[in-house]
Amino acid sequence: MTRYSIFSLARNALGYHRGWPRAWRSPEPAPTYDVVIVGGGGHGLATAYYLAKEHDVGRVAVLEKGWLGGGNTGRNTTIIRSNYLWDESAHFYEKALQLYEGLSRELNFNIMLSQRGVLNLAHNEHDLKEMSRRVRAIRLNGIDSEILDPAGVKTEVPVINISGDVRYPILGASLQRRGGVARHDAVAWGFARAADARGVDIVQNCEVTGIEIANGRVRGLQTSRGTIATRKVGLVAAGHSSVLAAMAGLRLPIESHPLQAMVSEPIKPVLNSVVMSNTVHVYVSQSDKGELVIGAGIDGFNSYAQRGSFQVVENQMGALLELFPIFSRLRMLRQWGGIVDVCPDASPIVGKTPVDGLYINCGWGTGGFKATPGSGWAFAHTIAQNEPHELNAPFTLERFSTGALIDEHGAAAVAH
Amino acid sequence: MLLIPCPWCGHRDESEFTCGGEAHIQRPADPAALDDADWADYVFMRTNPKGRHRERWCHSHGCGRWFNVERHTLTHDIVAVYRMGETPPDHGEADGT
Repeated sequence: MTRYSIFSLARNALGYHRGWPRAWRSPEPAPTYDVVIVGGGGHGLATAYYLAKEHDVGRVAVLEKGWLGGGNTGRNTTIIRSNYLWDESAHFYEKALQLYEGLSRELNFNIMLSQRGVLNLAHNEHDLKEMSRRVRAIRLNGIDSEILDPAGVKTEVPVINISGDVRYPILGASLQRRGGVARHDAVAWGFARAADARGVDIVQNCEVTGIEIANGRVRGLQTSRGTIATRKVGLVAAGHSSVLAAMAGLRLPIESHPLQAMVSEPIKPVLNSVVMSNTVHVYVSQSDKGELVIGAGIDGFNSYAQRGSFQVVENQMGALLELFPIFSRLRMLRQWGGIVDVCPDASPIVGKTPVDGLYINCGWGTGGFKATPGSGWAFAHTIAQNEPHELNAPFTLERFSTGALIDEHGAAAVAH
Repeated sequence: MLLIPCPWCGHRDESEFTCGGEAHIQRPADPAALDDADWADYVFMRTNPKGRHRERWCHSHGCGRWFNVERHTLTHDIVAVYRMGETPPDHGEADGT
């Protein structure tokens, strides 16, 4: 792997940038691996990276049906934060945020982490009380969080409308200053490059079509590029998790829904933080290119089509203008959808399955991007040790029969 | 946006409707006989097929009535619409059910 630095940049500039090597290999799949990760998004690539870096598990492959980061990793609104209510989630998401803080250096790949602060707005008396409870819970877990009054919100976000003469006036906000955004593609590419450098085979255009199980143990995978023998398989397929689990005869508490997002035409810098409102139902930030990146709630029906309905877009725009009337003349540039795997308690499933050697990492729903490095780190531990790390131990599939749910609906950017 | 044929009101925009999720999940006949895993299956587990999906919809901003829709989750094509309590149309099983 060529190390990226000011010197390699200068050296390649002399050659008109024609000499850059490929960031990762494109190997043919081998007939046998010790561990196979199914799904080449951020979580899958992070899992492979931490398996190769921190665990002695032998040969590792990542199989991706399309291209790297072409699913939800490349379709989210790039927001990172760890302001979760319950201890289990707070520790898990905070681990991810801490890994993000050192990730550019660790991967030698600029993920453009920008800790510009995340605001969650309160619009009524209930919101204020809930926010106050939440901020205190977060701080008890050692995570930064503070409360702003409307004037404080206006200081952080000068273009926001804090007038009392609107349907949903802004009465306050919670702020996590360490929250922010990162370049989502770079996270996938950085993990891919670093995993490849440690010997992980990343195989794109390779769809898993069957899981071979004998005597309750994983034996291998059938793929569109032949059969691969392996004793350990990690499923990290987000919206397609139910489809893959069904190949192993498992049912999941997951429904796949479209989640739409969009960007506006680029404008001068006006918004220096991430603003979220659960009550009016929108979240927005401004990219380095100047586009506003806007997201909201899921479409109500099950879908695998990566597109949703127009009324969801319309509601999202209405909510945006409630907060920022100044954006009313903006035109939207692009709109897209991703397929999110929604769990009943809005928390992920990261752990073992009833099949020996089959592990699953799914159910991140509408908020998986922020967890990418932490998810991969804990899942790698789970696969290597055949036992979850204490960070992901509460996030089992069994919690749906034991009843130990981790209800984080309130921590979502908007209610889904 | 989906154009949904309500069995009572005819074709209407999706924005008039609310999706109620997977259909034909039977409440256990003898609840006391179920163990935790059975309860988890009934309460939480879903088929979530990539293909034809039988689901409930409510015409919440119209006649207010619930009905069943069989819809393809990849193409969004509506294959069949039938009333509550009616047997699903017999053109082969829905995917994954």
